[in-house]
Amino acid sequence: MKATRLSECGNWVLDRFPVSKFWNDHMAHYYAPKNFNFWYFFGSLALLVLVNQIITGILLTMNYKPDAKLAFDSIEYIMRDVPWGWLVRYMHSTGASAFFIVIYLHMFRGIMYGSFKHPRELIWIFGMLLFVALMAEAFMGYLLPWGQMSYWGAQVIISLFSAIPVIGDDLSLWIRGDYVIADATLNRFFAFHVIAVPLVLVMLVFMHIVALHEVGSNNPDGIEIKESKDPWGHPVDGIPFHPYYTVKDIVGVGVFLLFFATVIFYMPEMGGYFLEHANFIPADPMKTPEHIAPVWYFTPFYSVLRAIPDKFAGVIAMGGSIVVLFLLPWLDRCPVKSIRYRGGIFKKALFLFVVSFIALGYLGTQPVTPIATILARLFTTIYFGFFLLMPIYTRWEKTKTVPKSLTKDHSFEEQLHAIEEQIPALIKEITELKPVTTEIGHSAFKSSFFNRRPNPVGIRNVATRLAKKLIESLD
Amino acid sequence: MKNKGVDKSKRQFLTSALTVVGAVGSGYLAIPFLAQMQPSVKAMAAGAPVEVDISKIETGQLIRVAWRGKPVWILNRTPEVLATLKTLDSELRDPLSNESNQPASSKNPGRSIKPEIFVAVGLCTHLGCSPTFRPEIAPNDLGEQWKGGFFCPCHGSWFDLAGRVYQGVPAPSNLEIPPYRYITDTRIIVGDSSEEKKA
Repeated sequence: MKATRLSECGNWVLDRFPVSKFWNDHMAHYYAPKNFNFWYFFGSLALLVLVNQIITGILLTMNYKPDAKLAFDSIEYIMRDVPWGWLVRYMHSTGASAFFIVIYLHMFRGIMYGSFKHPRELIWIFGMLLFVALMAEAFMGYLLPWGQMSYWGAQVIISLFSAIPVIGDDLSLWIRGDYVIADATLNRFFAFHVIAVPLVLVMLVFMHIVALHEVGSNNPDGIEIKESKDPWGHPVDGIPFHPYYTVKDIVGVGVFLLFFATVIFYMPEMGGYFLEHANFIPADPMKTPEHIAPVWYFTPFYSVLRAIPDKFAGVIAMGGSIVVLFLLPWLDRCPVKSIRYRGGIFKKALFLFVVSFIALGYLGTQPVTPIATILARLFTTIYFGFFLLMPIYTRWEKTKTVPKSLTKDHSFEEQLHAIEEQIPALIKEITELKPVTTEIGHSAFKSSFFNRRPNPVGIRNVATRLAKKLIESLD
Repeated sequence: MKNKGVDKSKRQFLTSALTVVGAVGSGYLAIPFLAQMQPSVKAMAAGAPVEVDISKIETGQLIRVAWRGKPVWILNRTPEVLATLKTLDSELRDPLSNESNQPASSKNPGRSIKPEIFVAVGLCTHLGCSPTFRPEIAPNDLGEQWKGGFFCPCHGSWFDLAGRVYQGVPAPSNLEIPPYRYITDTRIIVGDSSEEKKA
């Protein structure tokens, strides 16, 4: 090939900066299992939402004022007077909720298919650190509009630290930078929200992906694709990430954006779940709103806090509900990864866990009543039971045998031989003359006809019949 | 120059010494970085006392004043309330305020200098929400056992009208009583008392 000026320029760069090597290592020659399903959209979607948050966030800082006297008004200014400010702000606020939806589904996928298990423990740990950093990011971001819910939500969360014995009071004072939530708090939360935590997030995302690409992705069958390789050293069950999964993820992105845009344009407050009603009132340190609840993505953990009738124990339980997630790779003793081959007891336990997580989330949005407290205690018990009893019940699990690989273990010769064996029988069927009988009243438009999926036997019969007709016409 | 090979112990010593010096240096640098997040001198100076006229508070009425950015309640309690308060001891966690935060002058069952005028910091000792003032008896949402008091909507803590916490709720101690004193019969000053000692 003749070297053009352009390719020479390209080579000059590539000799100094290995873009194509990076591209090949992580995209074009990165082999991912070929059986990724719906649940595998959420990793790339999380990345998309992160990019959305960074871009809209940067735009918002251009008009936002991190000052207790000006903050609330500057948000209203963005909403009313800044061209397209409403769109940027709603993209950012909806993006926060979308981030958690995507992350919760992503985590559920990991639990369901055992993606946290050996050798992917560190991916899970980095992922959990990301989750914690994301919660910190969301929490600090929520203070910035300086509405009633911002103020009192922050008051509650920072007071959590004061429950720690001995150092608690000084620690919460240090976090606030004042004796109450004040301008100092707002200003530092702005700094954390805009630069400190995002840097940590991006770094952790990098580590999460590096760790993932080192050991390779898990899949819905929980099979290690690296264990069976073809003569060229590629996994038999693997396909290059690009173009196969980049194209697949584009479909996911399309569907996601459809929902995302619908929320932004038609229900940006999501009935008080994404942007709470009380937050449209400026912060008033004298009065707590009648009913305060965190934003929906914190409510499961908030419910755990409320369920315990003791300050310090409540804080410990809430922290514990997140810490147990970190321990998951060591709590689950079952060697089988995917739920497809795991025993009924795990399926039931996972179902109960999901129910309790959603129920806790719902209860956290509701006011405290005696019945709600009892329910919250029940679901908190189930939540912790799922994790803490795991070493016991996963040991008794009756698992199915996991196949060695996704591709059936037939060599090409065997398959060819099997087809050859069938040929004489087929020729006999085609050439033998039989009177053709037709069913009276047969209708091709019967509904069952359309419901049926084509099966190989049916197709063969149709082919045989056509061949017979052909031979008859030749006679 | 003699070539005796590498003296590894010397290298080891230098590496360790540098590590220690570096760690100590970083430690010292961390102090100003962390300490600059402490409340500023301005924030610490902002806690000036507040003078309040209490002559206009009607019986059963509660007013809120801001002191150090916190809500401070001043409640004029009715005789019925004062009578009810005496019957609640068995339901309270700390009826005598032994483990709670108040000036010595308010360390009594009614938790006030004068029985009828109750002054307290209106922040729940659990997680710092401001409880709601619910003087009515047995309202629908709080149930039969409610004898009037402060209800924290955040996490459901119950306090009586002396700011004493009930048993079986998340709040660990009674509401904080700020230092205050009477200048005259109708004026109090919050945030300043002749005896600053906490009981």
